Amino acid sequence: MSAADVSHAIGDSAPLGRGPEGHSHLDGDSQSTSAAGPAPRRIIVGYGFWIFLLSDIIMFSGFFATYAVLNGATNGGPGPAQLFDTTNVAIETACLLASSFACGMASLAVAERNRMWTQLSLLVTGLLGAAFLGLELKEFSGLVERGAGPTHSAFLSSFFTLVGCHGAHITAGLLWLGTMMAQFYAKGFRENIQHRFLCFSLFWHALDIIWIAIFSLVYLNGTRV
Amino acid sequence: MSSEAEFGTPPGGNASGHSTRRGVRAYLIGLGLAILMTIASFWAAQTHLIYGPGISVAIVVLAIAQMGIHLVFFLHITTAPDNTNNVLALAFGILIACLVIFGSLWIMANLNRNMLPMEQVMRMQN
Repeated sequence: MSAADVSHAIGDSAPLGRGPEGHSHLDGDSQSTSAAGPAPRRIIVGYGFWIFLLSDIIMFSGFFATYAVLNGATNGGPGPAQLFDTTNVAIETACLLASSFACGMASLAVAERNRMWTQLSLLVTGLLGAAFLGLELKEFSGLVERGAGPTHSAFLSSFFTLVGCHGAHITAGLLWLGTMMAQFYAKGFRENIQHRFLCFSLFWHALDIIWIAIFSLVYLNGTRV
Repeated sequence: MSSEAEFGTPPGGNASGHSTRRGVRAYLIGLGLAILMTIASFWAAQTHLIYGPGISVAIVVLAIAQMGIHLVFFLHITTAPDNTNNVLALAFGILIACLVIFGSLWIMANLNRNMLPMEQVMRMQN
């Protein structure tokens, strides 16, 4: 009882108020996890990074709230319906979804410790992410050229902040992806590198989830008939 | 879910060809469902078949469904015992995000309704 009890603080499902007596009614589910001792490092790493991702998502929710509030504040300029090109958004969405899928394939290849498939699927992930980023930058520069830059109205400021912040995350993710490929190449499938890759894949999938919210609420909701 | 779950069992434990095939199939199912949801929401934004004010509701519902699919099939959030903490953290994150978004909208709509228009404020100052 003692060794398993002290060490389960993170991975356990029933940690509170456990005296010598309180232990008796905790059978079944919690018994199986707490008796197993501390959670594996992989679970703890994933949990910690998940907490970071959720805080990131909460930051994005602030930007979403700003955008929703300032949606109509166009300062006499163009609104969402005149500015957004749904075809471009559809291609961006396809790129990011396929990139997320390729990242999933990469995590399967890492579990298999297959070097070639790992590097190949990471390369595909990165290329699709870069294509997404290129399309987004093209859209941004097109908007600025048409005089609809972030300084024109509160609506455009909030739009560029929200979508640009997602784009900045994608850029950071691409840099991280490059370093992951280099680490797999140079150091192989060591455990700590697999943990880093776990964090990267969580990050990349979470960015796709944020993009779902962006294309639905910003683009589709703005251009609907 | 499958043994190569992102949040699941340790890496390289017993990754056999069989479990990889299962993993690929799970990702393919997730991809297929996500594509369906995406197409449906792009269609809903263009169509005239849905009652107008219902369109944004349809878009939001499809977006939430697609997020759920991504969480289950790509991020491997499950109900397994070693995933309880992740689910709880997710629930808390959703709570805070909803408070931020709907709270802001509520407060700003209320201010918008109750405050004088700017021109009137300027006129009163002169």
